[in-house]
Amino acid sequence: MPTTYVEAIREGLREEMERDPNVFLLGEDIGIYGGAFKVTQGLLDQFGGRRIVDTPISESAIVGAAIGASFMGLRPVAEMQFADFISCGFDQIVNFAAKCRYRWNAPAPLVLRAPCGGGIHGGPYHSQQNEAWFTHTPGLKVVLPATARDAKGLIKSAIRDNDPVIFYEHKALYRRVKEDLPEGDYTVPIGKASVHREGRHMSIVTYSAMVHVAAEVAALMEREGLSIEVIDLRTLTPLDEETILASVRKTSKAIVLHEANLTGGFGGEIAARITEKAFEYLDGPVLRLAAPDTPVPFSPPLEEAYLPNAQKLLEKVRWLAAY
Amino acid sequence: MTVAKLELSTDPALKLDADSSSGAKLSPRAELARRALYYMSLMREAEDRIERKLYRQGKILGGVYVGRGQEAIPVGAGLAARPEDVLFPSHRDLALYFMRGISLREVFAQYMGRAAGLTRGRDGNMHMGDLRKRIVAIISAMAASVPVAAGAAMALKYQGKDDVVFVFFGDGATSRGDWHEGINLAAVQKAPLVLLCNNNQYAYSTPLDKQMACANVADRAPGYGIPAEIADGNDPLAVYDACERAAAHARSGNGPYLIECKTFRMTGHSAHDPADYVPKELFELWEQRCPIRRVERRLLDEGWDSPAAIEAVHARVRREIDEAIEWAENSPYPDPSELLDGVFERKES
Repeated sequence: MPTTYVEAIREGLREEMERDPNVFLLGEDIGIYGGAFKVTQGLLDQFGGRRIVDTPISESAIVGAAIGASFMGLRPVAEMQFADFISCGFDQIVNFAAKCRYRWNAPAPLVLRAPCGGGIHGGPYHSQQNEAWFTHTPGLKVVLPATARDAKGLIKSAIRDNDPVIFYEHKALYRRVKEDLPEGDYTVPIGKASVHREGRHMSIVTYSAMVHVAAEVAALMEREGLSIEVIDLRTLTPLDEETILASVRKTSKAIVLHEANLTGGFGGEIAARITEKAFEYLDGPVLRLAAPDTPVPFSPPLEEAYLPNAQKLLEKVRWLAAY
Repeated sequence: MTVAKLELSTDPALKLDADSSSGAKLSPRAELARRALYYMSLMREAEDRIERKLYRQGKILGGVYVGRGQEAIPVGAGLAARPEDVLFPSHRDLALYFMRGISLREVFAQYMGRAAGLTRGRDGNMHMGDLRKRIVAIISAMAASVPVAAGAAMALKYQGKDDVVFVFFGDGATSRGDWHEGINLAAVQKAPLVLLCNNNQYAYSTPLDKQMACANVADRAPGYGIPAEIADGNDPLAVYDACERAAAHARSGNGPYLIECKTFRMTGHSAHDPADYVPKELFELWEQRCPIRRVERRLLDEGWDSPAAIEAVHARVRREIDEAIEWAENSPYPDPSELLDGVFERKES
């Protein structure tokens, strides 16, 4: 029986709560309502209000409380209802949680779950992919699973990790991707990319929902004789540079793809590292495909024009293939 | 991860009894007053050296913030807190560190950016903490500690303990959203949180009436459905009594309790600030209310101590501080090779 991405996250949370009595969840509408996306549905019945805590609409207090509880030995998992609202808790994340280990050796083992991404007509405040705010902050781990299997394995690793982890769940994947999961307890390591699809002629380095766009394009190009390797980073911080470089050394061409907007996006960092460390292997420029530098628009034709998709990626692939 | 192993405080002032030659058994109230004098003197003298000597000599760099005139607040609260209670000091509560058994040497090394400081040179001044001693480091954004303290209090309740959390802040901090969000969350969760405001009437250069339109910080509490009281922030025993009431309230599962300690900042915001904007008469008025002079008078009036015994406390403080400063000045700076350590947990490979 295939498991959806949303069920996979829920199962990961459930198993970790069963395994460790110090794990508890807090956030807006996560209890009786089961969360805006029903990620925590049923958990209140199983674990009760002590461990599934509905909070006021106070993102800064939610993040701060998670930090304080983690100092006392608990393992809080806090939900930001939408990744867009994470900005309301920004200071707690970047100034408190991220810096406390470095400053005074006080680890803050907490997880912030953040439903992110567009394609659901959510408009400027329910669609953002804002991971670059946090990849630029030392002390935070940033995880963005693309598959159900990785979503479960990574949420479990995030809860067990001894540093603060921001866990971006892509809303468009919740019910759209599913697969058979391994039986029983398994984890996926933080900081390890996966080769989502092997290939020989070109690498597409991507993460989160864009992994599926890259895979679609790779399947199309296979028929034209171009073999594309799709690297799913899964974690941006810490970054698995080795897997990226190994792929590029093999294929000699690379496109970096993400849903977040272009300027200051994490794709620039990846392109720079490839250029610095694998320049002599390259047979063409490292290309980037990302959203334009605008807010995420609401109206369907505008959002369609905003988001990277297979058609836009195909153009880049063909251009680079011909280079 | 192993949770920080507790190393709860050994109270240096307890040694005062052994030092006193009289050997006579003191009343609990007299005991409190004597301990209050020692810790207030320690804080005043340590901060005077930091702000007026070491900073001006260039031996301490960066921002220096002191609690001159406000010593009764951390000291009164510190006397009421149990060793397992969790403390979140503000930037004007240095005495709390000494009361938790953190040494003068460590504190001066911290201010001087030395390796032996509590942050090993990663951060300066009173930006320090030690989870083993249940004392949490402040960050620069005012009131950011309040939601974190609320979460620590929620955790103590979750763990079924009757320990409480004390969080300290100034009047200016109550203008920030974090203050309100943290109190509101703690209130609905009935978390055991004691909120201590040092209302020193200035937020940097901005007087209270430009910070808030209500008369008292305590007036904010009814909006969150929690009790509040106003205490004389220049009397350590009054602060102690208020904290006992607040902690008893919080320990019995009744949720947060706010204490507004009225006091005055007898200095600028920080060492570079001459505080020209404060009317001179206010300094003169509040000088009359100096918490150290007041507790000395109390000790004498009640016949708990002699003038010689009081002078001996100050002399002991000066001695301890001389020794600690010399030690810290001769202690090494952190090695730049450690720059990258500790951003994340070090994985055993």
